[in-house]
Amino acid sequence: MSSLLRNQKVRNAFVQVLYVGSIAALVLAGVVIARRNLAEQGITSGFDFLFKSTGWDVNFSLLPATANDPYWWYFLIGILNTLFLGSVGLMLATIVGTVVGLARTSTNELAQLLGRTYVDIFRNIPLILQVFFWYALITHLPPPRSAHQAWGLLLTSRGLYVPVPNVGGAAMAAATLAVVAAIVLPVWLGRTSRLSQPVGQRVTIQLIGAAAALACAASILVAGRLPDVPLLDFPALQGLNLRGGLRIPPEFSALAVAIAIYGGSYIAEIVRGGFKSVGKGQMEAARSLGLSPWRVFTLVRLPLALRAMLPILANQYVWLMKATTMGIAVGFTDFFMIVALAINHSGQTLEAIGILMAGFLAINLSLAAMFNRINKAIALKGNQLRG
Amino acid sequence: MEMVIVAPPAPGKIEDLRRRFFATPLQALLSLVSLAILVFLGWKLLNWAIFSAVFTTSGGPEACQAASGACWSVIAARWRIILFGLYPFEEQWRSALACVTVVVMTVLSCIPAFWTGRRIALVWGAGAALYYVLMKGGVLGLAHVGEEAWGGLALTLFIFVTTCLIGFPLAICLALLRRSELPWISRTTGLIIDGVRSLPLISILFTFAIVLPFALPQWLAGDKLYRVILGSALFFSAYQAEIVRGGMQGVPSGQEEAAMALGMNYWQRIGRILLPQAMRNALPATINQFVISFKETSLVVIVGFFEILASGNAAYGTGEWRFAYIEVYAFIAMIYFVFVFSLSRYGAYLERRMSVGER
Repeated sequence: MSSLLRNQKVRNAFVQVLYVGSIAALVLAGVVIARRNLAEQGITSGFDFLFKSTGWDVNFSLLPATANDPYWWYFLIGILNTLFLGSVGLMLATIVGTVVGLARTSTNELAQLLGRTYVDIFRNIPLILQVFFWYALITHLPPPRSAHQAWGLLLTSRGLYVPVPNVGGAAMAAATLAVVAAIVLPVWLGRTSRLSQPVGQRVTIQLIGAAAALACAASILVAGRLPDVPLLDFPALQGLNLRGGLRIPPEFSALAVAIAIYGGSYIAEIVRGGFKSVGKGQMEAARSLGLSPWRVFTLVRLPLALRAMLPILANQYVWLMKATTMGIAVGFTDFFMIVALAINHSGQTLEAIGILMAGFLAINLSLAAMFNRINKAIALKGNQLRG
Repeated sequence: MEMVIVAPPAPGKIEDLRRRFFATPLQALLSLVSLAILVFLGWKLLNWAIFSAVFTTSGGPEACQAASGACWSVIAARWRIILFGLYPFEEQWRSALACVTVVVMTVLSCIPAFWTGRRIALVWGAGAALYYVLMKGGVLGLAHVGEEAWGGLALTLFIFVTTCLIGFPLAICLALLRRSELPWISRTTGLIIDGVRSLPLISILFTFAIVLPFALPQWLAGDKLYRVILGSALFFSAYQAEIVRGGMQGVPSGQEEAAMALGMNYWQRIGRILLPQAMRNALPATINQFVISFKETSLVVIVGFFEILASGNAAYGTGEWRFAYIEVYAFIAMIYFVFVFSLSRYGAYLERRMSVGER
């Protein structure tokens, strides 16, 4: 026996079995105890609850939702809300971050100072404090009757009212697709090798592509409009309430603004790092080829900086996507809040936590996979020795 | 013929300004726009925060509502609840002293003379013990104050310190386990680390605070505060483990082979060769992680703790100061800013210092 223990292989196997076994035992014991505790409260385990109706409402949903809908529908709504808030927040944060990051890399010292002040202030204050702040600010706005008005927008304590086009849902979706195409098409046209044209002509083709897609979007909107109403529906005060337009609830705008500002300060640093990593020689070479400053920027500096930025940016995006869970602080029904509510109402603790984990794993993995693809697609090709 | 190179005359002040800010039309535009934004925001802020602000409580909330600037009287009236929460009024000096302990401890651990494993453990162990005695009392003639009455800044600092105190050794364990040559151990640990990292911190805090008691036998459940700290430490250690692992990868493998050739056993190799160098490599990222986790302690407000954010909400949320939320948030933001900004500046300084040493 002792000689068996002295054998390295046997000992290794023993240690591994012990380690994995004790972790598995811990988890198993937890599940068994939880099941017993829950059974004492009359809660049966299993995923049957997914098909029961919830009996409570959500305050924000992209899909139709009533209290009669089953739990699985609510979880779906939660994931969609998280993704929607995440993508709006990420988009805004990227815009803010790019502007501030460019300001910090510019040669202008005043712009640098401005960018630096921004980053220093907003990076060093916790996100949840910023969420609370914006939420308090929005809910302390005047009531609908004395709303702030600007460019057809109405700012009230009950939310932000923005004009919307009066079109049917299907036409709206088709138009959105067309707008996405207007962004993707020029990129694709620029990359595809079948149209290997000189640079000047390629730009023309790209512009034509984008214009065609945008025209398509506009015609879909005009064709799909509801009859007998103006194309744009402006919110307006009628009686004691606001009619028309689209109401963005304060919870959503507080979170989106906070994520945009806080995330923007981090993305600005990533952008700055990316531009700093572009070798001076590359830019000098481009300039000595006679390219204009704009061309140097778009053809040399930006693409090289993007390649350096992308992996770090992917991490930041995953982090910001997880930060949407702060919705629970102000009552935005994101995925996490729906899971928490489901636990409160159904008592199916283990199952709901499992769904939460699976959901975030899926979101993280798909974001990571997407960025890996983009990363591979834009990686420098050609005579590099290391792949 | 001899060439004489004469240095151009030093540019005058105006010439210098022109060159720096108005070299091209685009630069001039950028300068002017930036200047306008800076002046506008700076003036607005100063005017709000100082010139038109109300500083004394003598006028009460009414004086504030009449003024156009900030109402710092809310801070003057409510600073005790923001900083100390529900801690008994006569004992609040203890809470203040406990905060000072944490600050001193943090400052000490930033001094290179304390950067040996034993000394840093001593500083943090002694600091945490002193904090605990001061806050909880029950000995040395101090009145007993239960954890449920802790609040404000002291609670925030407590959660931060204990998170690091538990999380840091755990992170080193996880990193070592993940580097293990035994495939099952490294894979299982990898699974745990990646699993924790893919979850939002709030969901982990929620699980530990509210869900875990179901899965634990009664005698093990403990106080909610300590469960939450455990959850937050687990989250911290999952991130820190990857940082430590990165630091370990920076140590050349020849070092370990040499140590093995000298006949050192596993623990000697880890404790004397690998870890010290790995920690040095990982220092900037580690400080960054501390900064992040200090900011993230604010999330415990969601599982119902009366830390500084919650006590701030309470300070303006009830009664006559309802309108003064901006000032309260600005005050709390200032506190966080001072801690986080000085820590991150320190991290940047260390990074510069270390990169100088490597050149």
